[in-house]
Amino acid sequence: MEENERKLSKLSRWGLKKSPWAFHLNTGSCNNCDIEILDVLTPKYDAERFGIVLVGSPRHADVLLVTGIVTMQTYPRLLHVYEQTAKPCLVVAIGACACSGGIFDGSYHMVGPLDKIIPVDVYIPGCPPRPEAIIDGVVKGLAKL
Amino acid sequence: MRTTIPVGPYHPLIEEPELFRVVVEGERVVDIDWRTSYMHRGIEKIAESKTYDQVVFLVERICGICSTSHPIAFCNAVEDLVGVEIPERARYIRSIVAELERIHSHLLWLGLAGHYIGYHTVWMWSWKYRELVCDLFEKISGNRQSYAMIKPGGVRQDIKASEYGGIVKAMDELEPKMNMLIGAILDDPVMLARLKGVGKLSREDAVKRCTVGPVARSAGVDIDVRRDYPYAAYDAVEWNVITQTDGDVLAMAVVRLLEILEAVKIVRQCVDGIPEGPILEEIPEVPPGEGIGVEEAPRGECFHYVRSDGTNCPYRLKVRAPTYSNLPSFRSRFIGERVADIMIILASIDPCYCCTNRAVRMEDGKPLRMLDEKNLLDLSWERTKELERSFPQRSRSWLEI
Repeated sequence: MEENERKLSKLSRWGLKKSPWAFHLNTGSCNNCDIEILDVLTPKYDAERFGIVLVGSPRHADVLLVTGIVTMQTYPRLLHVYEQTAKPCLVVAIGACACSGGIFDGSYHMVGPLDKIIPVDVYIPGCPPRPEAIIDGVVKGLAKL
Repeated sequence: MRTTIPVGPYHPLIEEPELFRVVVEGERVVDIDWRTSYMHRGIEKIAESKTYDQVVFLVERICGICSTSHPIAFCNAVEDLVGVEIPERARYIRSIVAELERIHSHLLWLGLAGHYIGYHTVWMWSWKYRELVCDLFEKISGNRQSYAMIKPGGVRQDIKASEYGGIVKAMDELEPKMNMLIGAILDDPVMLARLKGVGKLSREDAVKRCTVGPVARSAGVDIDVRRDYPYAAYDAVEWNVITQTDGDVLAMAVVRLLEILEAVKIVRQCVDGIPEGPILEEIPEVPPGEGIGVEEAPRGECFHYVRSDGTNCPYRLKVRAPTYSNLPSFRSRFIGERVADIMIILASIDPCYCCTNRAVRMEDGKPLRMLDEKNLLDLSWERTKELERSFPQRSRSWLEI
């Protein structure tokens, strides 16, 4: 039984590495990182040719792309989304805000940074990070699995 | 029977996660209400603890897409407070950066609008051409977004003479592509059927609801801060304020598309006429007092108010962003529309790609009928396909441009 489970988890981890599906969650960012995530999917970078797509539900997601400082209003919704994702799920903190709070550090409405709330696998700093950096971060994260 | 459809708080179309409660009877919308402030970051309060130089970086991050509009409005306010005139060269550089930003913002909107009605070609094309502007920004400022070019009293970085050629070349490349896109969109019967007459805003309503920017101009209200209260170099160049009369989604698209061409015109003239000289007028200290600054952001009038008590930090900063003024127009525009058109009407005041998706959440434990992004998109795409079938002979003339 345990042997089967081990094999299954190995299989699901292997499956994760191919065509990862991403769910994008904005928890109080300024849209910069969000545009750059979209840029990754449009013709210049075109990550979609490797099967990477943004999905409509956290339940389908292999990768959770989180931007923003996590405001008080988005905090319960972030937890809700994280609970819904199927584990193992790669959590990527994109941008200075998600990594450390950035320029908003010390705001009265900030609950984050993100790693205080949910476990983070990859940090991609930058304001905003370049699309190449986002691709690089996700690839490195997937190699870790 | 009345049904409430919550759209949000995580929704792909709106700048901040916002909750729209759309009340429908059958297929028609009868009422709409909304809740905001999910993205409240306390920027105005943080600004009080930062120096005037640092606040520029903070207001730049109010919105990543209007990341030049807010700094320019803030610097206009500080310069109004101090009573300083910025150097001529700095004016031109501000205009160039602001207009390049307008091009990238409008192209971004166009791509998203195409996506929402199921025209992915429009999405991919306009985002491809937008990269030209992003590359240009990287060349002149060092960053693709958030350019950090503006500073109270002038600009932070100069545009070197060796970079003029690159700007002109990018504009030369962009203009025919824009003409092609405009032709592609305005020639397409499905696009017209899908956008014309949808989400109509009358001139009276546009004035009554205090709309600004392209939303007001599409309904025939002839306002533009760049012409009415000139700042930067807008009074030194030739350009037109684009207005339309219909006030529907198509008119808004036309206003934005034609504004891209006007922006190209302004950038060209600014690069031609840019004078030599200093780029910064030092502001030694800020006296007590108050100042206001306005800027025509891609989405409309952006307003900043600064109050100083004589220290090096602002005593109070107040920001009013254009989307805030444009939101109330939904009340006039949604009534009587189809559910399938919700997406494009919400998008029409200019969305950001803030949230590509949303959390599915029950309201007060009551089982409401939830439409998430996918359902809404499916409805929208289905309607376009339906129209496509009814126009078997589609015009392809724009392909030859």
